[in-house]
Order: sequence, then structure tokens, then C-alpha cells
Amino acid sequence: MLDNTQVERLEAEAVNSAKVRQPMYAARKKIFPKRATGNFRQFKWLVMAVTLGIYYLTPWLRWDRGPFAPDQAVLLDVANRRFYFFFIEIWPQEFYYVAGLLVMAGVGLFLITSTVGRAWCGYACPQTVWVDLFLVVERAIEGDRNARIKLDAASWSPRKLALRVSKHAIWLIIGAATGGAWIFYFADAPTLLGELFTCTAAPVAYITVAVLTATTYTFGGLMREQVCTYMCPWPRIQAAMLDESSLTVTYNDWRGEPRTRHAKKVQAAGQPVGDCVDCNACVAVCPMGIDIRDGQQLECITCALCIDACDGVMDKLGKERGLISYATLSDYNANMMLATAGGSGSVNPSLVRTDNGLFSDRVAHFHIRKIFRPRTYVYMAMWSLIGLGLLYSLLTRDRLEINVLHDRNPQFVTLSDGSIRNGYTVKLLNMIPEPRTVIVTIAGLPGAEMSIVGVDLPAGRSFAIQVEPDRLRMLKVFVRLPAEQIHGEAQTFTLQVEDKASFESSEYTATFNAPEKAR
Amino acid sequence: MSDEHIDEISGVSTTGHEWDGIRELNNPLPRWWVITFYITIVWAIGYTVAYPAWPLLHSATKGVLGYSSRNEVKNELSAADAAKGKYVAAIESKSVSEIAADDTLREFAVAAGGAAFRVNCVQCHGSGAQGSKGFPNLNDDDWLWGGKADQIQQTVTHGIRFASDPDTRLSEMPAFGDIITADQIKQVSAYVASLSETVGDQSMLAPGAKVFAENCVACHGDNAKGNKELGAPDLTDAIWLYGSGEAAIAAQVTTPKQGVMPAWGARLGETRVKELAVYVHSLGGGE
Repeated sequence: MLDNTQVERLEAEAVNSAKVRQPMYAARKKIFPKRATGNFRQFKWLVMAVTLGIYYLTPWLRWDRGPFAPDQAVLLDVANRRFYFFFIEIWPQEFYYVAGLLVMAGVGLFLITSTVGRAWCGYACPQTVWVDLFLVVERAIEGDRNARIKLDAASWSPRKLALRVSKHAIWLIIGAATGGAWIFYFADAPTLLGELFTCTAAPVAYITVAVLTATTYTFGGLMREQVCTYMCPWPRIQAAMLDESSLTVTYNDWRGEPRTRHAKKVQAAGQPVGDCVDCNACVAVCPMGIDIRDGQQLECITCALCIDACDGVMDKLGKERGLISYATLSDYNANMMLATAGGSGSVNPSLVRTDNGLFSDRVAHFHIRKIFRPRTYVYMAMWSLIGLGLLYSLLTRDRLEINVLHDRNPQFVTLSDGSIRNGYTVKLLNMIPEPRTVIVTIAGLPGAEMSIVGVDLPAGRSFAIQVEPDRLRMLKVFVRLPAEQIHGEAQTFTLQVEDKASFESSEYTATFNAPEKAR
Repeated sequence: MSDEHIDEISGVSTTGHEWDGIRELNNPLPRWWVITFYITIVWAIGYTVAYPAWPLLHSATKGVLGYSSRNEVKNELSAADAAKGKYVAAIESKSVSEIAADDTLREFAVAAGGAAFRVNCVQCHGSGAQGSKGFPNLNDDDWLWGGKADQIQQTVTHGIRFASDPDTRLSEMPAFGDIITADQIKQVSAYVASLSETVGDQSMLAPGAKVFAENCVACHGDNAKGNKELGAPDLTDAIWLYGSGEAAIAAQVTTPKQGVMPAWGARLGETRVKELAVYVHSLGGGE
């Protein structure tokens, strides 16, 4: 018999032992953000009021455009392919204005992110605004953080059921109002509202309201921070937008560490004490459920509520605000070097203060100058150039246009007297909501005369044509050139359209084809 | 895989994959995401039950919703027909000149007639209706049998020299090769050519005019302007169905070619023919 120790021990380890096995998926940890108060919270209320106000009220603004166009200030008329924005009306071929605005929005987002970080995420993103709104409802019904944690842990009771049902009901109403407001951008709002309630609106209106109700309720009420962390691509892109001079919400551990709840005891022991009292106020208010003191994290939407929470505590303790603050990485690094004596040791906050307890002059603070750097100059230049270009193009654009399509089959027709005829499809675009009479004229091509199908007038070189308000009129035009006036296989001439009343005009250079050897 | 790597900063193990020193953290997925994934699988199975999907030996499952793309096309076509209904009815009840005078109806008829033209007429008249030798160009202002909308309608309905239609347009140019001499043919050809262009041998013109007066004026008229009742072409204009010049004219005098056009009235129906007539009339030469 062998002794225990004599049995050879194999150098093996269970690859899938329970100890090291990775979970396939993780349950979501619930977040119960506490209500914050302070400057940033105030600012967020303001942004929320303004953005929601714009969203809900815009479709109801009126703008008189005369009898031939809708009087809704902002209207995306998909059926008639027109976009109205106050005094601007856009036809489909002018969609580049919208594309230009989107490019401006993109560059604007780069500019904002490179200067003040994820301000879009923290303040203006619809996800943030609606989650804030849903949290207001949640707090009003279930109470603040502690009450909600308690309620969540409690077993089901009539009270819990009543609270939960009313919360979700109000969320659904907000969701329906959100989807309801959206469709008013696509049709005359007062008419559509009436139709909605009398069940006579188009099915697509109800489907849109239903889909947006579902997404608003799900994203704003149920998923919240999961949308930002897992679904939205912008947090990933913004990493490339930030640099060492971008403002981000930062925990200034160069003055906060070492954190302790027993400052006096530690101080008495002769050890350094930071400003952080480890009260966790910053953690409790965070809607993303992170601890900002761990440093920059992809979850952080920089809503700055932790700044408000911490400032409140600092005020009570009589310390300077800004233990958590908007700071740039370069300032933070400089202050860290100061606090760690050149990076040689752990943080000693006394190094950043003078003997009288105030911050030393060597502490770096943010200065507005930092916003102006080559990168932001480039963004600002791009943004304003595109904006000025769009504005210039908008102010000088034609509201009367002529487009000409030369018949290709046949390219020309020989007539019985030997003259040559070419056919053209002429499109007259009257892009204002008023009817007008325009003059269509042939310029050049001596001897040529035109006739227009459906216009019962003798052939001539100039015609007065009626165009309906805000419509395109298509004409079939035949141009006839006597044999003796034909010089070459292709002669160019212009077709002009002119509005004598407004002095607007537009022209198109067209070609007149003739056979190789005209008789 | 004993070389498990733990990321220093996050304390999370990595997948073991490395790209230029960048490693992938092995974080678990959120549970709702995994559940969403399972829901998509269930959805996909339900979809194959609801819609035609599973291949069988000779066909495929029909799906419980009874959807079929052929039915969808059928519905769309009947919806399109219903939308066209009032225009078709108006075209049925109105004459071609009335249709041509009404902007909306004309636009509809030109579109519908153009479509019918591209199916039935392009084989002879060409895709641009420009014709070719022996097949008239329908864009120009020269009409053998008349270029008014109702005359075009008559031509399309009953055809030309189309034996099986009793109302067909009928005429025949005699083969003068058997009637007059070769010299006379040369003379009359030179005379006819001279009506629209300059010819080389002026001495032929006087005898040619005499031959013309004796043999041709009955159909082509004293002034050679032709006769649309008989489909006799105008010989003074610039348009020649079988080619211009003395040689081409002589060939047509000696052994004339007689073009035939089928009668379309019975095949396409009155409405479609009206649309075709309006379309042809709109090509620019309509009278």
C-alpha cells in the first residue's frame, strides 16, 4: 500500500471549474437615482423645458403662406413632397439643405464634444430628457431613492400594486403623447388631432403613435441607462472626439484622496486627509449607476448631477466646491503631479494647498482659452462655412426654374417642306405658392419657331404660359427650323423662362439636331 | 488555455485574443440582450409558420396567413385598374378629337397609347415611331391617309390593304413597267424628282411632265400633291417612303411596293385604338 504522499499529483486544473467559469449573461442591477439639487440640475430642468416645449409646441405654430399652401409653420408634407419651415419651403431636389443641416449638426456635435465632452448625452439627448421626465413621475409616485429601494424589495401588496400600476400608466400616457406629437409634424395638426379622436386618421398615424409609445415607454421607463451603455453608438464615437483639453466630469482625487469618514482621527495620527468624506452622495444621484471616483468611464453621460451632489456636501463642510468638477485631462494631470510630488508617491492633498489652507497658485484651473485650439477652430470654421454656404444658397435660390429634356428617339424629324423639327420636354417649376404667368422664349437659333402641344396658338418664338401655384408644369415643345437656316448637325440655343412681374428668370442651353446633310 | 489573462485596470479576464497589444475583455452580456436574441429566434420560427417558407417536395408551406406575392401583384393591378377606371370610361365615351382637346385625358391617352405602341407598333414603325424605308415615319407632317386624329383612328382600326378587313384602306399603284416604256419611266422619274429637288438632265423634264399628265394625275393630282382619299402620296414634298432621287422613283414606278398595315380594331379594342390614335397624333405631325 502506498502512503498518501506517495501518490503522484498531476499538474492539472479544471478548465471549466465553477470557480473560474464566466457567466454567459449578467442580470441588470437596478439603479435608484436620488434627486439632486444644484446649478446643473437647474440647468437640466431648463433644457428639459425648452426641448420638450419645442417638440410639443412646434407643430401648432401657424405661418400664413396665402391660400395655396398650408399654414403650418413646420410641416413635412410627404404626400406632396414639400417641406415647410417658417418662411422656407423646400422641394425634394433641394433636400441638400436638410443634408447640409445634418452635416452641421454632426460637426456641431464634434465641436461640443471636443470642448465640453458629452454635453449632448448629459443634457439634450431625447433619451436623457425623457428618462428625466419618467424619473420625475417615478419620484412623485414612489418617493425618492430610499423609498423606491424599499418598495422594490417589498413583497407585492395592494399598495405596491397601486403605485406600480399608476406609475406605468402615466409612463404610457407620456409615451402616447410623445408619439402623438410626432405625427403632427407630417400633417395639419388641428385637423389630424380631430381625426385621431374620431378614429378617421390614416392607419399609419395610429401605427406610428403605437410604435413611438412603445419605444418611449421601453427606452425611457424600462431600459434607461441600458440604452446609453449598450445600444447607442455615440458613446463609442465620442472617445475619439475627446482630447486632453476637453472638459469632462472629473473627480479631483488630487484634493479628495485619501478619502476618509474619520478625518479627525486620521489627522491626529499624522496621516494626510483628502476632501472626500466618502459620503457616496455622488453615487446615489448617478442615473448611470457608476462611481465617478473610479475615473472616466464609458457609462458616464456627464449629466453633472454628481457635481451638484458633491458641491452640496462641500458647502455644508465649508470646503471649496469642485471636488467633482468639469475639468480637462491636462489640468487634472498637472494637479495630480503636484499632489503626488511629481508622481513619486501617493496623493498628498496638502501639497496642493498653502499653509493657510487655500489652494496654491500652482493648482491649474480651467480657463476659457482652452476652448480655442486648432481643433475647435477647424470645427468652428467648418460649421460656419457650411452654414454660410447654405444661407447664401438659400437667399439666392431660384423660385422659377426651367428644365429641358431633348427627345432622343427620334433626335430630329424631317418635315414635308424640308425643314427639321426637334422635340423637347420642358418642365417649368413654379416654386412659390402663387399662380403666375411666365414667358417662355427661344433665344438664338434664328428662324426657329416653336409650338407647344395643348397650347392652341400659332407657332412663334415666345409664349405666355400659366403655371399653377407651387407646381411643376410639363410641356411638350416642338422647335422647327427651316432647311436654309440649318448650319451643322448640332446647333445650340437657349430656352428661357421669365416672370415679368418678379423679374425672375431661368434659362437652359439646349441642342438642336439636324441630319448630316440637310436638304 | 492556462495562460488566462486578467486585465489590470478592470480586473476582468480577457478572451485571450490579442491585436497589437489590445485585448478583448470577456464581460458577460446583459441578460435582456440574451433574452432579446431568443425572442428573435422564436419570432423567426413564428414567421416561417405565418408566411410561405418551408420547402416541400413539390412546393412549399403556404403559411397560415395565406400571404402570396402573386395575390399581392393581382391586388395592386386591380387597384391600378380601378384608379384608371374613370379615364378609361371617358375615353370610351368621347371621340378622339375631344380626347385630344382635354389636357388630362390627352395626357392619360398619350401614356396609355405610348405603352400600347411600344408593344404592338414598334416592330414596323420603330421605337421612336420614326419608321424606316417602306414604313412611314409617324412624327412628321406628311400623311398618306390623313393626319387628323379620327383619320389616324380609322387607319389603325382597319389597317391598310389588309385583306381580311372589309373596311380596310385600299389603293394600288399600277406597275407602270408593263404600261409605259423604259424611256418614259426615266423621263417621268426625272420630272417627279424635279418637283422637290434640282435634277441633272433638264431635257427630260418636258417629256416627263407629259407622261405624268397622261398617266399619273388621276391619283396624284394635277399639281402632284397627292390624294389622301386614295393614299396617293404628295410627290412635291421632302419625304419619300421608298427613298428619294430619280433611281428610287423609277424603281417605284416600274414595280411599285405596296405596304400593308394590319387592322388593329378587332385585336386591341376601340378604347386602346383611340389611345393609340391620340398618341400618334401627339407625336408632332398631327393635323
